[in-house]
Amino acid sequence: MKYQSQKVALAYFACALVLFAAQVTFGLVLGYIYVAPNFLAELLPFNIARMVHTNALIVWLLLGFFGAAYYLIPEESERELHSPKLAYLQLILLMVGASAAVLTYLFNAFEGNFLLGKEGREFLEQPLWVKLGIVVAALIFLYNFTMTVLKGRKTVITNVLLMGLGGIALFFLFSLYNPSNLTVDKMYWWYVVHIWVEGVWELVMASVLAFMMLKLTGVDREVVEKWLYVIVALALFTGLLGTGHHYYWIGTPGYWQWIGSIFSALEILPFFAMVLFTFVMVWKGRREHPNKAALLWALGCSVLAFFGAGVWGFMHTLAPMNYYTHGTQVTAAHGHLAFFGAYVSLNLAIISYAMPNLLGRAPYNQVLNMVSFWLMASGMAFMTFTLTFAGVVQTHLQRVNGEGFMEVQDQLGLFYWMRFGSGVVVVIGALLFIFAMFAPRREIIDAGSAVPAE
Amino acid sequence: MSVGHSSHAAARQGLPGNPLIWVLILSEIAAFSAALAGFAVARLLDPATFAKGAAALNPLAGSANTAILLTSGLFAAWALDAARRGETSATRRLLVAAASIGAVFVVVKVAEYVGKAAIGLTIDTDAFFTLYYLVTGFHLAHVAFGIAILSLVAAFPEKENVETGVAFWHMIDLVWVMVFPVFYLLR
Repeated sequence: MKYQSQKVALAYFACALVLFAAQVTFGLVLGYIYVAPNFLAELLPFNIARMVHTNALIVWLLLGFFGAAYYLIPEESERELHSPKLAYLQLILLMVGASAAVLTYLFNAFEGNFLLGKEGREFLEQPLWVKLGIVVAALIFLYNFTMTVLKGRKTVITNVLLMGLGGIALFFLFSLYNPSNLTVDKMYWWYVVHIWVEGVWELVMASVLAFMMLKLTGVDREVVEKWLYVIVALALFTGLLGTGHHYYWIGTPGYWQWIGSIFSALEILPFFAMVLFTFVMVWKGRREHPNKAALLWALGCSVLAFFGAGVWGFMHTLAPMNYYTHGTQVTAAHGHLAFFGAYVSLNLAIISYAMPNLLGRAPYNQVLNMVSFWLMASGMAFMTFTLTFAGVVQTHLQRVNGEGFMEVQDQLGLFYWMRFGSGVVVVIGALLFIFAMFAPRREIIDAGSAVPAE
Repeated sequence: MSVGHSSHAAARQGLPGNPLIWVLILSEIAAFSAALAGFAVARLLDPATFAKGAAALNPLAGSANTAILLTSGLFAAWALDAARRGETSATRRLLVAAASIGAVFVVVKVAEYVGKAAIGLTIDTDAFFTLYYLVTGFHLAHVAFGIAILSLVAAFPEKENVETGVAFWHMIDLVWVMVFPVFYLLR
C-alpha cells in the first residue's frame, strides 16, 4: 500500500464480503425452497428471499467496485484520495440504505407508501428514499474520483473506470422513471438492468482486470492500454444495441428481434477479448508475482465470464430460440454463471490482490484462498449444468408439449436437488474465502523456529 | 507510381490509420455479416415473400447508388494518395468531393424510402422489408456518419487521420457491395 487513503478500500471490501455471505446464505435458502416449497412459507416467502438474494448481490458487487476504485485510483493517479471522509460517508450511506431495504422487504414495512415502502419492479424493489440515497452516494463517489484524478496523473485505466462507474450512476437514474404503460416501463427498466451488466459494468471489469494485469504480470502499460481500448470498443458496440434481446416479447415492434439477435450474438466478443487479454498478458509477463491467488481469480474471472455471460448467453439469445426458452431455467443457469464469472470473480480477484497489502500481512495463506476458488468455481459450474438441463427439459415439456408450469416443475425435482447440493459447496467456498482473507496471518508456519509462548 | 510506392510503405508499418478503426471496421463487418446470414435463413424459410419483396425494389436506383458510392471511394483513395504526398490543399478538395458524392447516395436512398413508404411498404410489412429497412438503414446511418468523419478529416488532414477516415469510408463501400446484390439482385 503506497498511499494512506487506499485504506478506505478495506472498509468497502469488508462490507462487501458481509453482504456476499448474506447473499449466498439466502441463495441456499431459496435453493431449499425449490425442493421443499413450504419451507419458511409464512416467515420468509420465496419472493422476499429472492429480493434479498438479488439485491444483496448487486449491492455487494457495487461496494466491491467502489472499493476497487478507491484502492487503484491513488496508485494510478499517484496521489492521495481527494477526501477519504467523503468516501466513508458514501459507504455509510450505502450500508444504511442496503440494511433499511432488507428490513423493509422482510417486514413489508410501510406497505404502499410511495417514499418508504418497497416498490414493485423486479430488482428495483428498493424504496424510493433508498434509490435517492444511492444516487447521492454515486454523486459523492464521482466527485471524489474526479477531484482525485484531475489533480493527479491521468491514465487510460482510470478514464475507463470513470466512464464505467459514471455510466452506472447515469443509467441508474432510469430506475426513478416508472411509466404506467407496461411496455414502456419494461423498456426503461432494461436501461438499468441490461446496460449495467452488459454495458457499463464490463468497462469496470476491463479496467480492474487491466490494473491487475499491470501489477501481476509487469507487462508494459502501453500494451495493457491498447487491449483496454479494444475491449471497451467491443463492449459498447455490442452491448448497447444488444439491449434489443430483451425487447422480443414485451410489446415493442418486431424489428427488435433482428436488432437484438444480431448485436447480442456479438456480445460474446468482448468477453473473448478479455480471455485473450488476461492469458496473453500472463504469457508475456516477465514478473513472477507472489500473489498467485489473485492471478488465479483474475484468470478464472475472464474464463468463467466468457462461458457464463458469453457462451451461455449466446445459447438462448437468438429470437427464434428465445421464443421457446424465455424465462425458463436456462435463464437462471446463464444468470448464475454470468454474475459469478464476470463480477463476483472480479471482486474476489481484486480483494485477493488488495487485502494482503491493506492488512499489511503479505504473504498470507493463499492455499485456502485457492481452495475456495476451486470450491466456488466447480460448485457454480455444476449448478449451471444442472439448471441448464432442467431448463432444456422444462422448455420441451412446457413450451413444446404444452404441459402446465407446476406439472413440469414437479418433474424437475432431481435437478433442483442437485442444484441445492452445488449451492452448499458454493456457500462453503464463500465462507472459506472470507476466512482466508481475514484469519490466517502467515503463509507458511516455519517448523524450524520455536513459537515463543505469550 | 506514387500510389504503389506509398502503399508499400504503409504495408511495412502494418495497418494504416489508427488501429482502433480496424476494431470498428471488423465489428461492423461482423454485424452486417450476421444480418446477411439472418437474411439467408429467413429467405430460405419463406422464399415467396422474399421474391415479392425483391421485385418491389428498384434495381436502377440501387445500381446508381453503387456507382455513386464507388466513385466517392475513388476520390477518397485519391485524397489518401495526396495526403501521403503531403499535398494538404489537394487532400482537402478530394475529401470534400468524396463526402459530397456520398451525400448524393443519401439523397437517392431517402428518395427510395419515401417512394416505398408512399405505397405502404414499411418496416412492419413483412420479413423482407423489416430487413431491408434495418440493414440499408443501418448502412445509411454509417454513410451519414462517414460523411461527418470525412469532413472532420478534411479539417485536420494529417496523414494518419486521412488513413483512418478513408479506411472507414471504404468499409462502407464494401458493406454496400455485399448488401446491394443480396437485396436488389437476388431473384
